[in-house]
Amino acid sequence: MTALSRIEATLARIAERNPELNAFTTVTAGRARVKAVALDASRAAGRAPLPLEGMPFAVKNLIDVEGLPTLAGSLINRSRPPATRDAILVRRLEAAGAILVGTLNMGEYAYDFTGENVHDGPSRNPHDTTRMTGGSSGGSGSAVGGDLVPLALGSDTNGSIRVPSSFCGIFGLKPTFGRLSRAGSFPFVASFDHLGPFARNVGDLAAAYDAMQGPDEDDPFCAGHPVEPVSGDLPTGVTGLRVATLGGYFRQGATDQALAAADAVASALGASRQVELPEAARARAAAYVITATESAALHLDRLRTRPADFDPAVRDRLIAGALIPAPLVVRAQKFRRRYRDAVLRLFQDVDLLLAPCTPCAAPLLGQTELDLGGEKVPLRPNIGIYTQPISFIGLPVVAVPLMLAGATLPIGVQIIAPPWREDLALRAAWWLEKDGAVRAV
Amino acid sequence: MTEDLDTIIEAGCALLRIPVDPAWLPAIRQNLDVTLRLAATVDAFPLPDETDPAPVFRA
Repeated sequence: MTALSRIEATLARIAERNPELNAFTTVTAGRARVKAVALDASRAAGRAPLPLEGMPFAVKNLIDVEGLPTLAGSLINRSRPPATRDAILVRRLEAAGAILVGTLNMGEYAYDFTGENVHDGPSRNPHDTTRMTGGSSGGSGSAVGGDLVPLALGSDTNGSIRVPSSFCGIFGLKPTFGRLSRAGSFPFVASFDHLGPFARNVGDLAAAYDAMQGPDEDDPFCAGHPVEPVSGDLPTGVTGLRVATLGGYFRQGATDQALAAADAVASALGASRQVELPEAARARAAAYVITATESAALHLDRLRTRPADFDPAVRDRLIAGALIPAPLVVRAQKFRRRYRDAVLRLFQDVDLLLAPCTPCAAPLLGQTELDLGGEKVPLRPNIGIYTQPISFIGLPVVAVPLMLAGATLPIGVQIIAPPWREDLALRAAWWLEKDGAVRAV
Repeated sequence: MTEDLDTIIEAGCALLRIPVDPAWLPAIRQNLDVTLRLAATVDAFPLPDETDPAPVFRA
């Protein structure tokens, strides 16, 4: 199959299904065709195949694409000048042979767990279009879950890769904080923002991750860690890996389905231990405070000049965040160091931790409350209760999808590794997929 | 408590020069209440003076 024929098939699929899914905000058909023709020509001239040869991909619309204003799910950003070049992760994926086909819907300014957007409309769950995709990388979840593209990029600050992975039944990778460059993306919370891939299988997820790794002087938060390719190590297996399920906080407020999914993955990995993260609830609280205040600082000028152009749900949270006294934020960052040290001590005795991605499967679009253990709680902030304490300290996570027997919707499980050990989480995910315990839905 | 939060909103937004439509107040108040409650749980964690913040700056 030529790259061009693959791209044409992809564009046809997008044209057919995107009106229903609303995953894409821009389709870059012309650019994709030019790239595909060039790839086919160089292959015909004898070039060796590239790792992602001809693979179509799309990116959350907070990631710069040359010639497009970087929307970040907003109305306000439509007046930004077009990006003058692609974000580095786009350039690296294309250097590996992948072909960009468009940009994807998202929750406004990434301050969202639902995938709903008041300006562009909600992205819809491909397994039940009356349900949400989860967010904020909602379009990414819908595009890959709906098989419009095999690969997408999103961002994850408090759960925005892991939540759509769970609701849409696909694999997602939130790498270690600082592993992948954020240069050329619109920010949300500098302390927590990560970029990462979604895919329909672990092999593609790992291949995309490998292609995107590497230092980048344009991102001061990029750690400059050496490239550590994982794709070749995936079949290493899980023998000897010490795996435990997170208990306590991570078992509270979950539906039976969420717990059953975590237990199924634990059973498949032969994990019988349960451990507790000390102070997980307080970690979630601290993540919430830092998110509220850093995002308010980022948007302060826009709140002053264009408050009515925000999604009201985002605006009112930002205004509240602007009013939190500074000492409380400093204390949250100090607590973060203590929590990080305590969790890393836990990893001396365990290699991988397991937890649900979300407390439930995909809620209905427009739903405002969740029933957690018999208690009705606001939906938006509580979708991320299991993801926030993990991204708070930048641990790498692979979200793996399950369709439990008798279920009508997928749900995801977090495989959590120590810092810089994405390889362990990806090996476990690969093994689970081969075993049939997890699969893209 | 509502009056306290509204006082904070009015004074804080004036200080930060954020214009606020009175119709937005209930939602801002509710968000502020939640965030302050969560901040209080973090504030209650004992922190020795020697505790460094998580972010580290390098010159």
